[in-house]
Amino acid sequence: MKRFLLQRLSFLALSVFGAFTIAFLVMRLIPGDPAQVMLGDYATQESIARLRETLGLERPVWMQYASFVGRALRGDFGQSLVTQRPAFYEVFAVFAPTMQLAAAGALVSMLLGIPAGIVAAARRNRPLDYVTTTLALGGMSMPVFWLGLLLLFLFSFTLGWTPTIGAGAEGGWLSTLHHILLPALALGLSLGAMVTRMTRSAMLEVIRQDYIRTARAKGLSELLIIAKHALRNAALPIVTIVGINFGIQLGGTILVETVFARPGMGSLLISSIYQRDYPQVQALVVVFATSIVLVNVLVDVLYAAFDPRVRA
Amino acid sequence: MTARAAERRVPLGATGGRPTPTASALDWAAQVRARLRRSVAAVLGGVVLAAVVSVALLAPVLATHDPIANNLTDRLQPPSRAHLFGTDDFGRDVWSRVVWGARVSLVVALIVVGVAAVGGASVGVLSGYFGGRLDLFTMRVVDMMLAFPALLLALAVMAGLGSSLLNVILAVAVAFLPRFARVQRAVTLTVREREFVLGAVALGSTHRRVLTRHVIPNCLAPVLVMMTVSAADAILVESSLSFLGLGVQPPAPTWGAVISDGRSFLQNAPWISGLSGAAIMITVLGLNLLGDGLRDVLDPTLRGEGEEPGR
Repeated sequence: MKRFLLQRLSFLALSVFGAFTIAFLVMRLIPGDPAQVMLGDYATQESIARLRETLGLERPVWMQYASFVGRALRGDFGQSLVTQRPAFYEVFAVFAPTMQLAAAGALVSMLLGIPAGIVAAARRNRPLDYVTTTLALGGMSMPVFWLGLLLLFLFSFTLGWTPTIGAGAEGGWLSTLHHILLPALALGLSLGAMVTRMTRSAMLEVIRQDYIRTARAKGLSELLIIAKHALRNAALPIVTIVGINFGIQLGGTILVETVFARPGMGSLLISSIYQRDYPQVQALVVVFATSIVLVNVLVDVLYAAFDPRVRA
Repeated sequence: MTARAAERRVPLGATGGRPTPTASALDWAAQVRARLRRSVAAVLGGVVLAAVVSVALLAPVLATHDPIANNLTDRLQPPSRAHLFGTDDFGRDVWSRVVWGARVSLVVALIVVGVAAVGGASVGVLSGYFGGRLDLFTMRVVDMMLAFPALLLALAVMAGLGSSLLNVILAVAVAFLPRFARVQRAVTLTVREREFVLGAVALGSTHRRVLTRHVIPNCLAPVLVMMTVSAADAILVESSLSFLGLGVQPPAPTWGAVISDGRSFLQNAPWISGLSGAAIMITVLGLNLLGDGLRDVLDPTLRGEGEEPGR
């Protein structure tokens, strides 16, 4: 277990380092002079020179990289060019709504995908299985932003049940819940399709095993076999899948937040890219990537804690 | 995605696509053909894909209007005989924009998958064949990149480079490289230990010959499946970038851009976003069906059960 932990932690460290590198590259990829690009066409020579100085663009690339990583480790990404406040601080102002959305989406995807996957596996190659897997494939093929717009059209515009934009009034949990309903549904349906397929595979894997045959031979009812014998053994892989999907989930929040005009890391990322606010983009890329890797490693470690076979 | 999770997609091609080493190549090819005929998913997906490709090729014929010509007297018209999919707020014909948009999406998907497959598979095959430190290093990098969603990677690249067709292709291809490296490495590891490779090495074949004549040809099946499902993902990522306004620049007709154009008029003109999104869904569904079908056909051990986590 110790070795496994060490291995996962080194992966975590390496990935965070990778996130820093990607964030650093964002600025290096800019064609021409980044300072000029950031400040726009009307900037004076002095202000460009000043920004070049602040960004350290006069120094060799490796020194720029070293100082970027050094500062990033301390959470210092410089100031947002738009708000003039520390970029890292700006990220944490919108961290909560994005995590709420991702968690709500994950919840919906599990509530939907796990039962659907179990049913499909239990009724393998029968009509119910075909219907479920077809729906799941359809769900996987839908762009999540389009699904969001369809839900918006149906539930907000046509039925008038849900609000159209925003994240709700500050502090009112009922309003927050009301506003998160549709975005979470969009995210959850899209991801639920994948969870369904993976739950089905995990269950089929287990159903093949000898102890299931034994249970059948003992004359247990199919319901009991699925619920007590198969599901318990398939539960761990399923939980892992959901955890891994959390990363994809966070990618999806970028689109869903845009569709529903929700404040969050995703919508901030898009507006920062538009406004050429590169320090802000860098801070967001790092926080996004680190959160994803952190969740993945956490799930891996939890899995290993429950299942000794993984630790080897 | 994590290392272990990536490892789980290995069985996809663990047998190199062939049932047993003793079965002759002829038998295998015949079996594949027979299974292909029976695979409803592969056939259906192939038909859908063929239809979309035809639409893209025939765009100049099928489009009833200029996809970027404004016509302000015909703004926000509902679908009619003159405008099959209605018009948007500039009076542009949505059907014509969707038809021409098929070209953009398919071209992006084709080039992205081609570049990512060749690049990723090269890294994977060398890494898997030679092993050692090279393998250790590249796989750490691949694992790290796999942990980040493709959209986030593509957005980071687009943020730096700025939006253009070439940059979209570059950004998505970079985001898709690691998954090909993973699959190719996994298959290479199993093929490397097979008798015919050991035999070739024993007979004194050079590494180059072993790789090109023995290893690579036996790794094609799983890469082909990966290419099909990745094409579906590439279309989703490309249209996401266009939807966010960070893809191919307007007024070029792309599916994502048409959906984004229709967003502000969702209440009064739902056909703009609705119908263009349906085009994406049909295309991606076709590719996913084909990918699923091919997996069943090429690797019967996973028939109807194969699933890669965290695609």
